[in-house]
Amino acid sequence: MELKTVQTTYAPVRYLVGGAGPDLVFLHGAGGVTAEDPLLAELARTHRVHAPLIPGYGDSEEAPEIRDMLDFTLHTWDVVQALGLKDPILVGHSMGGMIAAEMAAVQPNDVSRLALIAPAGLWDDAHPIADLFATMPYEMPALLFHDAEAGAAMLTAGRDVTDPNFLQTYLVTNARQLGMAGRILFPIPERGLSTRLHRIRARTVVVWGDSDKLIPPVYAHGFKKGILGAELVSIPEAGHLVTMEQPKAVAEAIGRLG
Amino acid sequence: MKFTWFNLMPWPYLPDDFRETNRSVWVDIDQKLFDPARSHAVYNTYMDLLEYADTLGFDGVGVNEHHQNGYGIMPSPNIIAAGLARRTKDAAVVVLGNSIALYNPPIRVAEEFAMLDCISGGRLVAGFPVGTSMDTNYCYGQIPSLTREKYQEAHDLIIKAWTTREPFAWNGRYNKLRHVNIWPRPIQQPHPPVHIPGGGSVETYDFCIDNTYSYSYLSFSGYLRAQALMNGYWKRVEERGVDKSPYRAGFAQTILVADTDEEAERLYSEHVSYFYNRCLHVYPGFADAPGYRTIKTIQTGALSQYAPPTGGYTQLTWKELTEQGHVIAGSPETVRQRMEDLIKGLNVGNIFCLMHVGNMPADKCMYSTKLFAEKVMPKLRNMFPDWDDDNRFWTQPLKDRVSAGGLPKQAPTREDLMKTYAVEA
Repeated sequence: MELKTVQTTYAPVRYLVGGAGPDLVFLHGAGGVTAEDPLLAELARTHRVHAPLIPGYGDSEEAPEIRDMLDFTLHTWDVVQALGLKDPILVGHSMGGMIAAEMAAVQPNDVSRLALIAPAGLWDDAHPIADLFATMPYEMPALLFHDAEAGAAMLTAGRDVTDPNFLQTYLVTNARQLGMAGRILFPIPERGLSTRLHRIRARTVVVWGDSDKLIPPVYAHGFKKGILGAELVSIPEAGHLVTMEQPKAVAEAIGRLG
Repeated sequence: MKFTWFNLMPWPYLPDDFRETNRSVWVDIDQKLFDPARSHAVYNTYMDLLEYADTLGFDGVGVNEHHQNGYGIMPSPNIIAAGLARRTKDAAVVVLGNSIALYNPPIRVAEEFAMLDCISGGRLVAGFPVGTSMDTNYCYGQIPSLTREKYQEAHDLIIKAWTTREPFAWNGRYNKLRHVNIWPRPIQQPHPPVHIPGGGSVETYDFCIDNTYSYSYLSFSGYLRAQALMNGYWKRVEERGVDKSPYRAGFAQTILVADTDEEAERLYSEHVSYFYNRCLHVYPGFADAPGYRTIKTIQTGALSQYAPPTGGYTQLTWKELTEQGHVIAGSPETVRQRMEDLIKGLNVGNIFCLMHVGNMPADKCMYSTKLFAEKVMPKLRNMFPDWDDDNRFWTQPLKDRVSAGGLPKQAPTREDLMKTYAVEA
């Protein structure tokens, strides 16, 4: 994957691009996405993959003007337009799934294929979603992975956690990334999507890891119920970061959209 | 010098094993640990102590705002301040403060502060904290990376509401009000003095300097550790080319006075330990919501004071806590010396004296407070003679004020009234 920049109204947007085939846009979750992401690699085998970073993620510029759900939704449409894409396959994971669903709801005629991977955006009092913003780094692997030990290794890969500069870099990255994510996820990751799901016309596949402890799989039913004809694919031995734990299975599920 | 007697109002009945059996003193503290019936006496004793400080000549009595917090049972400081406005005579009522980003619309704060200023006869000091991440984000649900923008708008709206003499429209991002016209408005003109509690955010320095507000560093780790932060503030003051009046700054310090240093340890060490070991037991996941502090502040290396020091406070003994300046304790002479070091070292004219600590009972608190007022405070009065006339950062009360309870003991008789309101024939 290659890291490039495209200009939009609010900020220059960094995006990963690679592969050949039908155009696909991937919207990352609150943790961000890197060029080494296994799902992107898998998807790039059969698709032209575009993965824009939300402003403030990675090395991209911040966009203070993007404050609420509508801003995120329309900004991401601006990115799709700036990339010159028409009706790409729209894929979103977690927070990215929430944004993708909103995009498909506000411009239903512009999205014909939609994949939502463990999307945020709904809330059920009987199954409260864990507070990601009050979770310590050492608690993350157990929350995000089916296999916490292997997950921890993936999260810290290539980084020296004993480096004294690590904490400050970590805090700055966190403030930039999760600070931005907080605008639509804090303190409850719900901004009224349930009242708009019915507008989605895209052929939709909803993908969930069986052992997702952040957003429990029970939430899949809310999306299936809300989106006409949505298909549900549950993936065993995968947590919330199903994209890292079972990238092949996720790519296969997305492949059902044609 | 301005000395304000301050009480955080800790819940004094946290169990001995609180730290081992609880995740946090704040945000998700165990509901069962609060006993409403016991709180009746706790609240009234704490308010009595604040009123007692007024009788001893403290310049101010101070209250603050925390939510879902075992060491601060004062979610609404204005309720306590209303009691103090009635029952104290001369002390400034220092509300430090109202977290203005939390109120919708924030003119509620403009109104309540105006009421406090009117009831107290112009004795209000108005504090506008951004609020801790625990209070603002985790308890009151404000979006971390938008909190400062919302705070700024709330501040601008409150000041405009206080200083504008006709109704105006406010088309803000967070507040849309067609008819802003607060009624009542404060006695003090153009508005009550404003103090801004800060914890090292560099943006806050400029905000205080630009508006002639006093910057208050409310730390629990004492004056020795505060030196670097306050140096940063004064450096900024110098860079901006304004005067270095010590009243531009305030500092909170735990102070405990006894007859001798040994007696101070014997009387107070268990209460200090209660505070530092139980009350400051905050789950680190609540200390600093991502986006709450600006990148610039994180890059200056200022960690949240709620991020526990390496090793935690439990390992700190009385000796360490006093030697490292977390706590200033000892005989009147010891306390005087150390207070002098603090005041000179940090160049602060406003001292928020934390004279109640942890689970300290009222009798010990009165003893320590009286010794400070009589044997220490007078000797610290003239630290900054050059700035005696600087009244920009303190209250301007009415000269003639009424007291609470000024009604005659008995209702007038009919004859009395006939006399008073006699109609000319």
